[in-house]
Amino acid sequence: MEKRAHYGLIRSLVGKKIFMALTGLFLCLFLVAHLSGNLQLLIPGYKGRLQFNNYAVFMTTFPLVKMVSYVLYVSIVIHVLDALVLTWRNRKARKVDYAVKSGYGSSLASRNMGVLGTLILVFLVVHLANFWYVYKFGQTPYMTTPEGHYITAKGEVLPDAELRDGHLFAGGLDKGPAMKDLYEVVRQAFSEFWIVALYVLSMVPLGFHLVHGFQSGFQTLGLRSGRWAGLLQKTSLAFGIIIPALFAVIPLLLFFLPEKFN
Amino acid sequence: MKVFLKVWRQKNSEDSGRFVDYTVEDISPDMSFLEMLDVLNNRLIREGQEPIAFDHDCREGICGTCGLVINGRPHGPVHRATTCQVHMRHFRDGETIVVEPWRANAFPVIKDLVVDRSAFDRIIQAGGYVSVNTGQAPDGNAIPIQKEEASKAFDAATCIGCGACVAACKNASAMLFVSAKVAHLAHLPQGRIEAKERVINMLSQMEEEGFGGCTNTGACEAECPKGISLENIALLNREFLKACLTS
Repeated sequence: MEKRAHYGLIRSLVGKKIFMALTGLFLCLFLVAHLSGNLQLLIPGYKGRLQFNNYAVFMTTFPLVKMVSYVLYVSIVIHVLDALVLTWRNRKARKVDYAVKSGYGSSLASRNMGVLGTLILVFLVVHLANFWYVYKFGQTPYMTTPEGHYITAKGEVLPDAELRDGHLFAGGLDKGPAMKDLYEVVRQAFSEFWIVALYVLSMVPLGFHLVHGFQSGFQTLGLRSGRWAGLLQKTSLAFGIIIPALFAVIPLLLFFLPEKFN
Repeated sequence: MKVFLKVWRQKNSEDSGRFVDYTVEDISPDMSFLEMLDVLNNRLIREGQEPIAFDHDCREGICGTCGLVINGRPHGPVHRATTCQVHMRHFRDGETIVVEPWRANAFPVIKDLVVDRSAFDRIIQAGGYVSVNTGQAPDGNAIPIQKEEASKAFDAATCIGCGACVAACKNASAMLFVSAKVAHLAHLPQGRIEAKERVINMLSQMEEEGFGGCTNTGACEAECPKGISLENIALLNREFLKACLTS
C-alpha cells in the first residue's frame, strides 16, 4: 500500500481538529490559572487588596508569564480561525438538510459549540475592555497604604513620595513605577448590577462549552479508552460546572457582601 | 393500524424532490416498517403509480443495505436496529411518520429513498485492506493475539457499512465508519504493518468524497445499529497522529 502524500496535520480535517483540541485544552489550563488568581479578590481587607495588586504586577511583568500570555493570544486566534474553517467545511457536507431533526444521542452543547464560542468571544472582548485595557492603557487609580502612602510596583512603601506620570519620586529620585490599584477597578465594576449580571450570565455558555469541549479535546487527541472513557466524561462535566461557578461566585460576593471583602 | 406517511419522492439525482403524503390502512403491528412500505407499494402499483424506491436486502439486520431516516432518526426509533428490524408496533396508531433518505453530499440520492453509498467503497479501496502476504488460515491462527485485542478488533468489525453514522452526524461525517475499519485492522498484527498508510489514505479519501469532520457529538454512536463505539474514533485520531508524527 502506498501512502498518499500531501495529507497530514495541516491539511486534514482531523489535523485541524487536533489544533482545536490542543489550543482548547491549553485555554482550559489558562482558566484554572486565571481562576486561582481571581480567588485572591476574596481575601478581605487591605491584605487582599495588596496581594491582588502585587499579583497583577507579577502577571504583567514576569518574563515567563509574558511569554505564556503570547502563546495564549495565539491559541485564542487559532482556536477561533480553526473553528470558522471547520464549521464552514462541515456545513458544506450536507447541502440538503433533513425536514425532521431529532438531535438524538448528542447534547445541545455539542451541536452548538460555535454559537457558545461566539458568546464567549463577545464576553472576552467586553472583559478585556473592562479590566485589561483599563489596567494597561486607561485611568487606573494608584495603590496606597491605609495611611495614604504610595507603593512602588516592587512593593516598597514610600511615605513622602510624589507621583508623576505613573512614577514615584522620593527626594528627587525616580523610585520606579507606582503600583496600580487594579483591585479598585474590579471593586467599582462589580458594584454595578449590570456588569455583575453580564459576568454571571456569561459563565453559562462557558460552562456548556467546557462540558463538551474538555472531553472532546481528549477524544480528538486519541486520549480516551477503557475505564478512562467514563471517568473523562464525568471529569468534563465537573470541570464545566465548577470552573464557571467559581468564576461567577466572585462578582456575586463582591456585589452582595461588599462590606465583608473590601 | 393506520399511519400517515410523508415520504421523500425524487425522480432522479437531478430532480429537486418533494414530500408526498400517503395514508396506509389495515397495517398489522407485527409488520416490519419495510413490509408496511411493501403494502403501500403494492397498492401504488395496482393504481398504476410509481412505487417508492428504497434499499433492502437481507431484512435481518446484517447486510447494511437498508436505511431510512424515520422521524429524524436513521433506522428509526429502535435502539441498535436497522430499518428492517423496526416494527410497526413502535409507532402509534394514526401517527404521522416522516421518511427521508440519508442526507449527505457524499451520498447523492439516486431515486426516492435510495442513495449512492459507493463513497464508502472508495474509502475501503483507499486502504481498508491488508496487501501484505499473511499466509493461510493456519498461519493466522499461529499468531497469539490477546483476547482483549481480538475482541476489540471483532467489535469494530461488526460495522455493516450502512451509513447511519453519516446520516446521524450533523456534519455528515464518516468518521465512525472509517474508525471502525481502521480499528478493526489496527488491533491485529496483520494490520499493523500498513497501519500508517491505511489511516492516511482512508481519511484523505473520506475528505475527497465530501464527508464532514468529527465534532464528537456522539450522535453516530447512539444511532449505529451495531453499537460501534466512539472509542474507535479516539483510536483513529491516535493512529493518525502517530502516522503524521513518525513518518
